[in-house]
Amino acid sequence: MTTTVFSASLPIEEQLIIQKQVITGHRSGKRLCVVTGTHGDELEGQYVCYLLTDFLQRNADKISGTVDVYPALNPLGIDTITRGMPGFDLDMNRIFPGKKLSSLSDEVAYAIIEDIKTADFAIDIHASNIFLRELPQARINVNTAETLLPYAAMLNVDLIWVHPAATVLESTLAHSLNSLGVKTIVVETGVGMRITPEYGQRLFFGILNLMKNIGMYEGEISAQITEPTIVSGDGVAFVNAGASGIFLPTKTYGENVKKGEEIGQIVSPLEGKILSVVTAPEGGKIMTIRAYPVVYFGSLIARIIIG
Amino acid sequence: MKSPYREPFHINGFLFGKGEKSVAIVGAMRGDEIQQQFVCSQIVRLLCDFEQKGLLRKDFQILVIPSVNHFSMNINKRFWPMDNTDINRMFPGYNEGETTQRIASAVFEAIKDYRYGIQLASYHFPGEFVPHVRIIKTFNDITDDAQKFGLPYVYLKTPEPFDTVMLNYNWQVWNSAAYSIYAGTTDTIDKKDAHLTWNAVMRFLSQIGIITKDYHGGYLSRMLNDADFQTVMAERAGFFYKLKTAGAEVRQGELIAKILDTFNGSVLSEIHSPSDGVIFFAHSKALIMQYTAAFQVIGW
Ligand SMILES: [Zn+2]
Repeated sequence: MTTTVFSASLPIEEQLIIQKQVITGHRSGKRLCVVTGTHGDELEGQYVCYLLTDFLQRNADKISGTVDVYPALNPLGIDTITRGMPGFDLDMNRIFPGKKLSSLSDEVAYAIIEDIKTADFAIDIHASNIFLRELPQARINVNTAETLLPYAAMLNVDLIWVHPAATVLESTLAHSLNSLGVKTIVVETGVGMRITPEYGQRLFFGILNLMKNIGMYEGEISAQITEPTIVSGDGVAFVNAGASGIFLPTKTYGENVKKGEEIGQIVSPLEGKILSVVTAPEGGKIMTIRAYPVVYFGSLIARIIIG
Repeated sequence: MKSPYREPFHINGFLFGKGEKSVAIVGAMRGDEIQQQFVCSQIVRLLCDFEQKGLLRKDFQILVIPSVNHFSMNINKRFWPMDNTDINRMFPGYNEGETTQRIASAVFEAIKDYRYGIQLASYHFPGEFVPHVRIIKTFNDITDDAQKFGLPYVYLKTPEPFDTVMLNYNWQVWNSAAYSIYAGTTDTIDKKDAHLTWNAVMRFLSQIGIITKDYHGGYLSRMLNDADFQTVMAERAGFFYKLKTAGAEVRQGELIAKILDTFNGSVLSEIHSPSDGVIFFAHSKALIMQYTAAFQVIGW
């Protein structure tokens, strides 16, 4: 059943509407919310939501409890290839928990939280932005790691990144929900503005696997579930561009590199020369690689899981 | 910093005097902060003039950075053109991080040791403010010196999570007395408000003894806290037909705006002032969405 979570009038005729699909199982049980599309340029979650709503609606007899799927928390952003909230220039993942009687963005955030806060679990699916490609990963704030790690490990991702807490991240959807007692896991996968079907399918099976483990799904899972690597903040090495130019990768994500090994080059097409050879500061597996070729001094080129 | 195809990016500062690092002034950090850059350019003009006439103390150092983000301003963008990140969400910066973290780091390195920090700031919602000094409430009490600007209001704001990555807050963490000055408009120049704002900065410099000539007096500022603001929301969407602007004195129940139907011009909603007071903030676009903050009114 499609339900409207929030609506507000735009100046001319149209309504801004945030909708969800509610799939009610044949038996009572927990409530899981799968949300995506906070960032309008991240589309990997679209495929996951489609796979889920299609499958769960056909298999409601195998489900206990309720699954709410929110494919577009920032509908105007998705429809207009805009990362933030159009008209506000705001990162929607920095406005939670929102409040009443303040602004449209606060009102939106408040309505989303109100709608989700009674859930037992939430999965917030992000893709990377248009600049980077990411291995499928769960991201967990160190303060919630103890609670969330076992569930994150069910999601069929390659790694779980336990990152340090930061005050600025207290305004994210995941932080707000976790502090309200909704076990919320952020997933990052793939690249912005594109869909990586393999990763979408993996995450779909991962969510089914989580549902199975928490007693919400009793059926087969026709996939092997990956055991993730767990990395903490200092277990990840960052590689940033040492020059401004065009980045040409020689490695891709998922590949292993040795310390000092070449990851790619930054070149000048005008001068026909290499401006900078990008090398691995540590040996390990590449979890993130630059997807967008134009780079500035400082642009993130890669992240490496050390060891 | 070099760019792939544009001319290299520089951040320019103007230094006045030598010795004790006294005041750092930062202008536009976003590409649409044209009013802020305009005000800053006028401050530079006046300081050059005063320096020539010997009206500046030589043992105090002032640094003025009118523009941190002309790469955006030159091409009509608000945020960093490559990745749309906001330099004023990157403080204190990180010199081995992403481009805008490195820019924030370089700026912060240059300004963090000054005793006073003044930022010409804009707000993330489109609208006009009564010119005021804003202080982010931290462990330091710096409200007394805020009076020296002589602006009508000093607003002591409780920090939100995003404030912790903004310049004002980080300046205070480094023990500078940091003041953000809101100069009315953002992407258009309002001469009257601009004049009021640069005068306020010059008055401050005179009050703390850096400018040796007496500057004419300003207002006795009223202190504001979060609880002093009443937000008036748009209950409907449509044309925003504003009858009162920021700074106007209003009476309780007075009609201050109408929202009109965008097809037939009929009145969908009337907006009335919630109290006797002054309009502190007014939405400035011709169209308005439902649930948008149309006004903030401060009661007497
Ligand atoms: Zn995202």
